Amino acid sequence: MLLTVDLALLLEKLILVVVVVFTSLGIAMYTTFAERKVAAILQDRRGPNRAGPFGLLQPLADGMKLFFKEEIIPNFSSKFLFILGPALAMLTACMTSAVIPWGDKVELFGRTISLQIADVNIGVLYVFGVVSLGVYGIMIGAWASNNKFSLMGGMRAASQIISYELAMGISLIALLMITGTLSLKEMVVQQQHGYWNIVLQPLGFLIFLVCAFAECNRTPFDLPEAENELIGGYHTEYSSMKLGFYLFSEYINMFVSSVVMATLFFGGYDVPWFDESVLAPNIAAIVGVTALMIKVVAFIFLFMWVRWTIPRFRYDQLMHLGWRILIPLALFNMLATGGVILYFNK
Amino acid sequence: MQALTNKAQQVSRKPMSFMEKMYLPAIFKGMMITFSHIFKKKPTINYPEKQRPFSPVFRGLQILNRDEEGRENCTACGLCAVACPAEAITMEGAERLAGEEHLYKEEKYAAKYEINMLRCIFCGLCEEACPKDAIYLSETFTPADYQRKQFIYSKNDLLIPHPKENPEAYQKALGNRPQKATSN
Repeated sequence: MLLTVDLALLLEKLILVVVVVFTSLGIAMYTTFAERKVAAILQDRRGPNRAGPFGLLQPLADGMKLFFKEEIIPNFSSKFLFILGPALAMLTACMTSAVIPWGDKVELFGRTISLQIADVNIGVLYVFGVVSLGVYGIMIGAWASNNKFSLMGGMRAASQIISYELAMGISLIALLMITGTLSLKEMVVQQQHGYWNIVLQPLGFLIFLVCAFAECNRTPFDLPEAENELIGGYHTEYSSMKLGFYLFSEYINMFVSSVVMATLFFGGYDVPWFDESVLAPNIAAIVGVTALMIKVVAFIFLFMWVRWTIPRFRYDQLMHLGWRILIPLALFNMLATGGVILYFNK
Repeated sequence: MQALTNKAQQVSRKPMSFMEKMYLPAIFKGMMITFSHIFKKKPTINYPEKQRPFSPVFRGLQILNRDEEGRENCTACGLCAVACPAEAITMEGAERLAGEEHLYKEEKYAAKYEINMLRCIFCGLCEEACPKDAIYLSETFTPADYQRKQFIYSKNDLLIPHPKENPEAYQKALGNRPQKATSN
């Protein structure tokens, strides 16, 4: 039975996994640098420009600093949970990138390799499930800190994430009604041959965008991260690389949310008004990946732009927005989409 | 109670209008403002490649002056030490011997002259008190150091470079300072 395993396929997927994980880690690393630079430029100052040319080695310096710091584990019962928290956060952040179509096919060594690690036909559901698991990382970290303020911060983070998942899911249902499939690759192919989903679902995109901000704990919804910086927050008791993992997993989440939004609403690796079939497959794949990366960079810039513009919500305002405004809006969007589809199918 | 000025404004407690409740138009306007800041000139100065310009009367580090032939001006009269509010200056005088006329301008000179930079408050009273135009405050800062001992600057640290042996360094150390007329 083992001898019939297609070793070439295994090797290909393994290489793809390594490349995707390292790329997402690398991009998240430079996102931390870009955050500081973009924050500086929006605030009339320059960012870090001393470590290496134009400050490009700054993330390396930050990573080294976190590695060399002293590792403090508080004196209480559950050391296992304390270390599990950031590990879970990082794991779920990296796992989401498995179902995203990064590009079209590549032809190497006589084989056709599709640039997607796992083309499951429940792609969107998988992404959702893994993002929900991300709550565990925060909750376990908050509980294991043995600190009431951390627990409060973690509870707020968890409730925020759970509340905004609902509106996100309902807006996705409206999208699902249009595309008829949950597989991310199918959605991209449909958008290549038709209109981008942003044209068909503008309100859905807006709701999804707001919920993505809340899921990543970014301003204006960054209560777990900032207000609790003054008191505590779920990462108070953490130091050195465990803290680094928490902070880093937030940036990976941001990156993956941008990619998912680009894939669902902006056509993924599709280049608009351009027919890719005229190019050789490898070149088309490279063009597609570049197009996707440009969209992702634009989204990440949007995340940062909004962060440095508006103040954060108070906790009750946040809950009010999530439950009493976004969910009815998403439901209305779903009904309107259903109505329009019925009308056009007649 | 009567208001002193007519600048007081009544706080508006109207409930939010629909456009305000939507948050989005206000957020969008804010984002446009932030975006415009990308293209504005940054006031940051890239120290140490560039340094900010100082005014000619800036009070920085002390320099002990020489005249044009390179002889030290200071006669160890002690007026700067008395004038200093932080008691940072100490000195010991010595008599000029026969073969040293090219070194010192007058018959008495400062054999040991020390300023404790940790006590100096850069007020410039020593410069105002000196009758011989021998000490003035230049445009440099005191550099950082690791030990307290290193901050007691001796005469060698403070003397201006010799005008005959080192003319460019001498001119640079003089800076933009207008030459004071001495009483001699």
